[in-house]
Amino acid sequence: MVSVKMHPCVLSVLLLNVFCSFVSSLYFHIGETEKKCFIEEIPDETMIIGNYRTQLYDKQAEEYLPATQGLGMFVEVKDPDDKVILSRQYGSEGRFTFTSHTPGEHQICLHSNSSKFSLFAGGMLRVHLDIQVGEHANNYAEIAAKDKLTELQLRVRQLVEQVDQIQKEQNYQRYREERFRQTSESTNQRVLWWSIVQTLILVAIGIWQMRHLKSFFEAKKLV
Amino acid sequence: NNYVGLSSLGHVLVVFGVFGTELTFELPDNDKQCFYEELEKDVRFDIDFQVISGGNYDVDCFVTDPQNNVLYNERKKQYDSFSHTTAMKGDYKVCFSNEFSTFTHKTVYMEFRYGDEVPLMPITRSTALTQLESSCVSIHEILKVVADSQTRYRLREAHDRTKAEHLLERVTYWSFGQTVMLFVIGISQVMLLRSFFTEKKGSVAATT
Repeated sequence: MVSVKMHPCVLSVLLLNVFCSFVSSLYFHIGETEKKCFIEEIPDETMIIGNYRTQLYDKQAEEYLPATQGLGMFVEVKDPDDKVILSRQYGSEGRFTFTSHTPGEHQICLHSNSSKFSLFAGGMLRVHLDIQVGEHANNYAEIAAKDKLTELQLRVRQLVEQVDQIQKEQNYQRYREERFRQTSESTNQRVLWWSIVQTLILVAIGIWQMRHLKSFFEAKKLV
Repeated sequence: NNYVGLSSLGHVLVVFGVFGTELTFELPDNDKQCFYEELEKDVRFDIDFQVISGGNYDVDCFVTDPQNNVLYNERKKQYDSFSHTTAMKGDYKVCFSNEFSTFTHKTVYMEFRYGDEVPLMPITRSTALTQLESSCVSIHEILKVVADSQTRYRLREAHDRTKAEHLLERVTYWSFGQTVMLFVIGISQVMLLRSFFTEKKGSVAATT
């Protein structure tokens, strides 16, 4: 077995990586009572890691500074059947993880827990959000450190994870196509039935109308 | 894959990050949603977006740089790709607008990628890659392309499936509606006709 000696530089990079694992990412503004939802369509047994951090506009410094403690975000995750699988409150910086058990559209909703309107000072909260899905959620540096892998071994491990994810996605694809096919066949059947029924109804109503009117006019001695 | 750029002692560990976020969000009618990203100078970024459901499956999109110059502005697009290399450091903004729509809300998929591919492990290389290692790297690149095309296919399929489900819904509602209408019209026609010939005040002369 080849043991990899931990080079001090690698160690420092790993420490730095763990510490600054969330440097910068996409951000958006959210109002005080606003709820922002994101949809992730994923196959089953897929892990999702979400990182967020918040910043509040500081009027004195005239820039966005990290939000005060006590201002947290409420994170709610629903699975495709609308069942809540994660519902927790985190602080001004948070990291949430969940694994899907049914394939489909999962909904991740965030809203701030602030009840004091003065806290936002009429402004918006800036939320940096980063969502990693499946294979991208793996922290390879950590895996390499834990299992003591060489670069080639780590690369192969990454390839295995990638292929795994592709296979899961393909299974999900098959399931979705089946649903799509069912919907189309349903539509086809309904259109077919409806044409037949409509013709019958038309004919029946026509006959009834004529018979009814004929008997009506005969009673009136007009015919 | 969030690594930090750093250099250390005699070893140059220059590690850039492949940052990328893909988000699928709902855009209510008459609403605008903006995302911002802080980028360095001379960084290449790619934005891909696609409308998955809602109305005519189109959305307005514009991208501005930190000085509010418009880099990209398209109206009512169903899907598009946009690439740009930053000329300055700062916050770049990408906005999606559904303000032209009065009552349909849209679901939009967006992917924002920037940076270059990163070495998997921050280790300096004293030798070139062996053949085995370089084939592994090629496989990795190909698998990335496969995963990417799977995503595109999934989005297109979601779009088609939404349309098909919408069609089924409309067919069902129209069948019920039309049945009701048929009966109502059929019966009311007869009633109306009868009312023409019923004697109220005068008598209707019956001529043969």
